[in-house]
Amino acid sequence: MSNELISPDKFFLNRFGMNENSLERILGTALERKADYADLYFEYRSAEGIALEESMVNHTSKSVSHGVGVRVCAQDRTGYAYSDEVTIDRMRLAAEAARAIADQRAAAPGAIQVGGRVASHNLYELETTPLEIPLEDRAKLLAEIDRVARAYDPRVKNVMASIAAERKLVMVVTSEGKIAADIQPLCRLNVSVIADDGKIRQIGSYGGGGRVEYRHFLEEERWKQYALEAARQAITNLDADDAPAGEMIVVLGPGWPGILLHEAIGHGLEGDFNRKGVSAFSNRIGQKVASELCTVIDDGTIKNRRGSLNVDDEGTPTSRTVLIEKGILRGYLQDRMNARLMKMAPTGNGRRESFAHSPMPRMTNTFMLAGESAPEDIIKSVDHGLYAVNFGGGQVDITNGKFVFSASEAYLIEGGRVTRPVKGATLIGNGPDVLTRVTMVGNDLALDAGVGTCGKDGQSVPVGVGLPTIRVDGITVGGTRG
Amino acid sequence: MATVDLKLAEWALGEAAKHGATAAEVLCISAESLGAGVRLGEVEKLKHSRERRLGLRVFTGQSSATASTAELERDSLADFIANTVTLARLTSPDPWSGLPDPALHPKSFPELGLVDPEQGMVSADEALTIARTAERAALGRDPRIKNSEGAEFSSGRYQVMFLNSQGFSGEYAGTSFSLVAAPIAQDGDSMQQGFWHTSNRRFSRLEDAESVGKTAADRALRRLGARKIKTRHAPVVFDPDMAAGLIRTIAGAASGPSLYKGASFLINKLGERIASPTVTVIDDALMPGGLGSKPFDGEGLATNSKKLVDGGTLATYLLDCYSARKLKLAPTGNASRGVGEAPSVSTTNLHLEIGKYTPEQIIGSVKEGLYLTEIIGMGVNLVTGDYSRGAGGIWIENGELAYPVQEITIAGNLKEMLQAVEMVGNDLRWRSSTASPTLKISEMTIAGA
Repeated sequence: MSNELISPDKFFLNRFGMNENSLERILGTALERKADYADLYFEYRSAEGIALEESMVNHTSKSVSHGVGVRVCAQDRTGYAYSDEVTIDRMRLAAEAARAIADQRAAAPGAIQVGGRVASHNLYELETTPLEIPLEDRAKLLAEIDRVARAYDPRVKNVMASIAAERKLVMVVTSEGKIAADIQPLCRLNVSVIADDGKIRQIGSYGGGGRVEYRHFLEEERWKQYALEAARQAITNLDADDAPAGEMIVVLGPGWPGILLHEAIGHGLEGDFNRKGVSAFSNRIGQKVASELCTVIDDGTIKNRRGSLNVDDEGTPTSRTVLIEKGILRGYLQDRMNARLMKMAPTGNGRRESFAHSPMPRMTNTFMLAGESAPEDIIKSVDHGLYAVNFGGGQVDITNGKFVFSASEAYLIEGGRVTRPVKGATLIGNGPDVLTRVTMVGNDLALDAGVGTCGKDGQSVPVGVGLPTIRVDGITVGGTRG
Repeated sequence: MATVDLKLAEWALGEAAKHGATAAEVLCISAESLGAGVRLGEVEKLKHSRERRLGLRVFTGQSSATASTAELERDSLADFIANTVTLARLTSPDPWSGLPDPALHPKSFPELGLVDPEQGMVSADEALTIARTAERAALGRDPRIKNSEGAEFSSGRYQVMFLNSQGFSGEYAGTSFSLVAAPIAQDGDSMQQGFWHTSNRRFSRLEDAESVGKTAADRALRRLGARKIKTRHAPVVFDPDMAAGLIRTIAGAASGPSLYKGASFLINKLGERIASPTVTVIDDALMPGGLGSKPFDGEGLATNSKKLVDGGTLATYLLDCYSARKLKLAPTGNASRGVGEAPSVSTTNLHLEIGKYTPEQIIGSVKEGLYLTEIIGMGVNLVTGDYSRGAGGIWIENGELAYPVQEITIAGNLKEMLQAVEMVGNDLRWRSSTASPTLKISEMTIAGA
């Protein structure tokens, strides 16, 4: 174990009986045709899950998966083959399958020399990964969460809590001869509470995590905050009225409501969609796409965050990318292929779910910089509107720019005051337009607690979002009270 | 295809017992697939995959743990099995856990035609040719089809082996083929994607590539110039794909785990009218060649065909053994099983039984309302039934499809929406494991400008 932690690249070479020479031969096979570059992605992932329901810690699970993916890129073409049998033979077959994408070449390719290491960040070096914490301790914590959530209110009828922990070792070997290796810990704690007052049943959910030590949950009694927050949401929603329907002023609370940026802006700025010209943001760099109060960043280099990575999944160190600066569209999120085809620099956003997937441009942690307004003043400024503080998921249609995100906790604002809770509702808007309607930005930027997962083309990756309180003048709220 | 042999699986059961497991299950899945995509006529991607995994569930009395691994050499597997038994010992005893009643295991299995007898894996070259044909048909459909997210063809095969320590042993194999096309239409400032796909277990039964491309193009073109409408209450006609999504939601709320957790609006509704009499929902695991067909479920129970909703009445829940015991009911053969997960519940071939109207008659019955062709977002609260989704489609005026609409939401509560199903179409087509004909809900809230 400790050896693996010191040197993930040695771990792979030892475990699967390979050396630099065998990697060179496989890459040579991959590049036999007219390709621009090739890479090998090795992954070894261990994960454990433990869950409580009905006051019993009755679910435990663990998994070990490993595999290798071979990718060959030629212009805008990608050949990808993977196998969960990591042997030289399988890799050679995979390389032969992947290179079929490229045309035949006349001259033999130059020799590849594997050796140089990529200098990466050090964003989540953990003394102990959560996987090393005894299962009994994790079970005790879940039992405490159950107790605290039930004690919050007699109307709490069921508590579901789970801890998921994983450790992923990855190694990327590129045809430039570079090796990038990383150990990526990740864990999250989730709590869902069902409340029932005899007439209505409601649910509340909260959680957090990141690339953190297990004690993250114990510090500041975060576990307790999660339990109380889930219970509070469920109880609050018991009294919720029907949500309004139609376009209105919406104030978004800090933190997780940043999912707005993820859906409305982030996806539309991913390099692949823009290279192909299929995004509502295509060819709009330098144009005004937001009010000048808005500066939006994607930053994969924040310590211990769920969306952070030392290197992305093609061996590029992650970075901080300004997407929108004072309302002006500045940049795209790039992987290697799309950066090269668009003659831009890779931004360290080439990510993949696992060895079974080819990388593509993805977000890391996406957030808006703080502004100057006090959150109270933002609420006070609204005569009639919606104050939405917690959200479920969202989705976007890249091509026409329409996006949704669904509120799970929201209130009416009446005469400058937050009044009654209303039921969850989906909010729908237009990506290139919604931020132009931002009229106030709070001084209270918060990042989410660390539970986000983003899906694209069938691949899920962990991400983060963040937002200060903002006022949006006109977004359609999908309630029932029209 | 790399397969896991029965001997290894049996050995794994023996190892679990040796380490003190009182009962165990082994699930092995191996799969292979090849996909090829083109974009704007050029090869864009090839993807070849092979996977092989072993899943284990072990019991020590009433405690259990599940685990999965890709390391199938006996040495590492032996450690893995020992660790899993240890994990089970650390888990709380659960009075409802355990293997099924052995009497429920079937002695023989139905032949369901899950494997294409004529076509094996489709080669990369052939796959590219098919994808090209579909994309070319889309691009040639109209000068406003100016761009494309490409077309992709893939084929795959898999094998499932499942055995447990009380003598159940079964295996089956399957094939699948699919083709998708995603052209983009542009007119002035308006840019819209269209999407269409076909999939089948038999290659020869796929929808023709040219027609997939044309349909995808038509779906992009009809969205051009979409506008927002004013907030109002109006009838909503769900097209077959959108209706299938609604049917899936009912099944989710009728699933054992949602019910015993208290997370469903269908709790205590068995035998009650939950929908209008025009609604009959069937889950049929035995449909020959069905994309969701399987000869036994994730716990080794016989699968079956049954009505979930019968003329508006909730006729059964969908249960695995665990949720059945908790709810004091019998399991329904709907256990599903991911390799590394405890059994859960899933549907097989789920569909809404056809009604008597043509889609044209249904649209024709609406004076002013929405023909719903897209939904975005996950805005369904299964606990309360509250439903609020991003939507797009075509506005109906005087019984005719008039103009495309977007950036709107549709909202209601599933309890009321199901009672308000006013008409069901006769246009059921199977393109995935859930299908539905067109259906009309008499009124929902549509939020817009």
